[in-house]
Amino acid sequence: MISKYFIQKLLVVCCLAATIGLLSACASDSPMSTFGAQGPGAAQLEDLFILIFWAALVVFVIVGGGLVFTVVRFRQKPGDTSLPPQIHGHRNLEIAWTIAPILVLIVIAIPSIDGIFALANSPDEDSLTVTVTGHQWWWEFDYEDEDIVTANELHIPANTVVNLNIESSDVIHSFWVPKLQGKIDAVPGHSNFLWLEADEPGTYLGQCLEFCGEAHANMRFVVIADSLEGFEDWKANQRAPANTPSGRAISGSQLFLSKGCIACHKIDSTGGTIGPNLTHFASRGTFAGSILENTRGNLIKWVTDPESMKAGNQMSAQAPVYTNPDMAMTPEEVSHIVAYLQSLK
Amino acid sequence: MVSISSVFERPTTYKGIAGWLVTVDHKRIGILYGVTAFIFFMVGGLEALVMRWQLARPEMTAVTPEVYNQMFTMHGTTMIFLAIMPLGAAFFNFIIPLQIGARDVAFPRLNAFSYWTFLAGGIFLNSSWFLGGAPNAGWFGYAPQTTKLFNLGYGIDFWIMGLQILGIASLAAAFNFIVTIVNLRAPGMSLMKMPVFTWMTLLTSILLVLAFPVITVALILLLMDRSYGTLFFTTSAGGDPILWQHLFWVFGHPEVYILILPAMGIVSEVLPTFSKKPLFGYPVVILSGIIIAFLGWAVWSHHMFTVGLGPIANAAFTITTMAIAIPTGVKIFNWIGTMWKGSLVLNSAMLFSIGFILMFIIGGLSGVMHSSASSDAQQQDTYFIVAHIHYVLFGGSIFAIFSGIYYWFPKMTGKLLSETIGKIHFALTFAGFNLAFFPMHFLGLDGMPRRVYSYESAMGWDLWNFVSTLGAFMIGVSILVFLHNVAKSMRKPNDAGNDPWNGRTLEWSISSPPPVYNFAHIPQVKTLDDWWNTKYSGKKPLRKVAGGSEQPSGEAVHIELPGLSYFPLFASLGLLIAAYGMMFSLVLVVLGMLLTMASVYAWSLEPAEEHSPSDPLSLEAKEIASLPLDARTDRIAELLKSSQGRKK
Repeated sequence: MISKYFIQKLLVVCCLAATIGLLSACASDSPMSTFGAQGPGAAQLEDLFILIFWAALVVFVIVGGGLVFTVVRFRQKPGDTSLPPQIHGHRNLEIAWTIAPILVLIVIAIPSIDGIFALANSPDEDSLTVTVTGHQWWWEFDYEDEDIVTANELHIPANTVVNLNIESSDVIHSFWVPKLQGKIDAVPGHSNFLWLEADEPGTYLGQCLEFCGEAHANMRFVVIADSLEGFEDWKANQRAPANTPSGRAISGSQLFLSKGCIACHKIDSTGGTIGPNLTHFASRGTFAGSILENTRGNLIKWVTDPESMKAGNQMSAQAPVYTNPDMAMTPEEVSHIVAYLQSLK
Repeated sequence: MVSISSVFERPTTYKGIAGWLVTVDHKRIGILYGVTAFIFFMVGGLEALVMRWQLARPEMTAVTPEVYNQMFTMHGTTMIFLAIMPLGAAFFNFIIPLQIGARDVAFPRLNAFSYWTFLAGGIFLNSSWFLGGAPNAGWFGYAPQTTKLFNLGYGIDFWIMGLQILGIASLAAAFNFIVTIVNLRAPGMSLMKMPVFTWMTLLTSILLVLAFPVITVALILLLMDRSYGTLFFTTSAGGDPILWQHLFWVFGHPEVYILILPAMGIVSEVLPTFSKKPLFGYPVVILSGIIIAFLGWAVWSHHMFTVGLGPIANAAFTITTMAIAIPTGVKIFNWIGTMWKGSLVLNSAMLFSIGFILMFIIGGLSGVMHSSASSDAQQQDTYFIVAHIHYVLFGGSIFAIFSGIYYWFPKMTGKLLSETIGKIHFALTFAGFNLAFFPMHFLGLDGMPRRVYSYESAMGWDLWNFVSTLGAFMIGVSILVFLHNVAKSMRKPNDAGNDPWNGRTLEWSISSPPPVYNFAHIPQVKTLDDWWNTKYSGKKPLRKVAGGSEQPSGEAVHIELPGLSYFPLFASLGLLIAAYGMMFSLVLVVLGMLLTMASVYAWSLEPAEEHSPSDPLSLEAKEIASLPLDARTDRIAELLKSSQGRKK
């Protein structure tokens, strides 16, 4: 038979394990962790979560503890066949334990509703506005007032409220930078609003959170918060026309036209808008839904066989160079295209 | 006999496979539901293990992203529609007529039709694996991901038609149980003398009847979009994908209570029995159930907090969602009150029920955490939500279902399950479950999205994913232990007796397994927990006899049993054929619908009389009814023994 002592020991061990687990989860240095907020939006949500967490923990200790105590205390004694007192209910108790949860809920409902409105209303409506469009499976950032269109890397000035209009060109996505702000969905036909602000310059990971098809797991992005001067420099570079190619990049730029890349990718003011705008592609640290580092090696592999790098991507499904054997590129042509891409600083 | 009835002569066999194919006996249908649903439960479990294997380490390549997407879509769809709902239906079928003192459900052939249609839907959905790929857009099937523009394969069509078939099965069953519970209760069993499990079944059935039409409409719209070029969910043509989400979750949230209310009913039967006390606050528990069933309709948008419905809507749904915690909490307090000062028998059934309460507290509290729309902005679509739903649907529903299996298995089979193996099963399930799902809370708070086939080590999710996978495989082992327990029990002679747990409700007043006609005499009910009160009404406990209550003996009773029928099976088969036709050939649609219509027609023309008077079971029942009360148990035991002898 399991002794009372053993059960007590077991409970202590379980509680310790749970506490250690909770602590290690909270102390996680995961770049996507909702703990360790880096902006006022996420900080308010973190404080709210911690308040609700403590309320929940107290309720759990009382109710769960009460349950375990009841089970241990009132378990049948060996050989005892007598009937316990036949209690049918207790009116005042029922009233008490209906009111108690209402009180707890009021405590968490007030900051929750405050948080809902804080999330929905920008602290500074006149600040920088960027239109964010989710595509299968990458993010487009359109700085309409600045005439800048880029992909997968959202540059913002630190310490400044940034207003985002979140849209989608195809299916439903969800825009989330956990260190900076809660998420909101990108719904085709709707324009949703989100604001965010980073306390410090830095790089913050983001990811699509709404299941959006085969490459959903590979639809990431980064938010790069620059110092004010850094942001101005970045804008100046992005607004400049694309570099004029030289050397192998010249052949690459011709291949970019003849192989049909231009049908989906815009450079300067020519090209399609199905794929990311590549005008300043080489200024970005990552590509392909921000899952690949922007290095020559990765680019060669990507342009040679995108499917092997990111299963399901639209380019390998639609671009004639991958679907039509007559259009396929030689390794040399690939290296020229990559040289061209790398020249687009 | 008129000519028409000789054309549609009803089958009379109870033997062999044929006996099961034509059966209308609620007990056999209950067992069919249970066994089939358990098989699907294991299929869904295997799909989960494939996913956990893939996520055990970062950047694993056990399955492709496409297969992974099919796995989680089918895992969710299977567990909800093919496992938990029909496992609940198994108990409804077997237990409800026994608990209310009836000989069968109100519409026995419709009941058989429900089962065969459920089976057809299950086979249809799972056959998609072999016919071009399973559905791959999640169990929630959000448009426009599910429209033809983004999803060309047959998978989504299988999903649409599969859910439509399962909806027919669920609706037929739900109507049947509402009518049964409202009309066939034993004399004297007023609503407030009804067992809690029967109450929760009634509420679940009402929810089903109201919720399924909503998803039926949504699925028809999607079907039209995919097959006939309508544009309900296409924005560029003025449609709106948010419409799908509203329709889906107006169904989807009551569906959550369809999955959990039967579990609450089971626990409300098990706890009093093994505490040897009546349920604490019976009317409050019933009222809480009614409030949950009602409020369940006012919270659907909490699944859509990040959709952008605006702060007013989010605030309103935050409050209604929090409000639902109140009746849920009240139930938990009443369950603990039931055990308070009891004399708790901690057997397998009871352990699973206690486990249910503890896990449900955790699931409920994490639910409150994202009932707050603002807090949910950091949790929606992360593993935190995955942890929550598994604490509610596995720690909740599945724990309660196992509790119900240990509790009612002796009534269903006449055999007790091994307590030793049962406790090992519980310990493994409890440990495996918490190992698998508690770490998901951490993963979610650390930002791991749901429905991703892979992750990078740099994200810091390695440890808890690995632990979670270990737990998942531990659950897999626990299921094998359970199967071993069942197999072992089935090989031994009947040892349960009529009332192994000193039960409280009418099903324990008759033999185990019950005779085809359940009650030789329809019992007269005087109180809540009538059987318990009969045993302990101040006098010495009565002998445990069929028809337990104090019915004057020797009275001639007419036993009416429903006739067997081929046609429910054929009507369901027609639906299955027509569903395949929707994808592959119009001819099959026509043939399938003709078969269904012909079967329904023949069904209505079947002779309405009961078993032919020479049927041995009819004779047996009449003989039992004519015996004095005291002599019945012995005679039933004799008959059961001789019928077992015949089988061997």
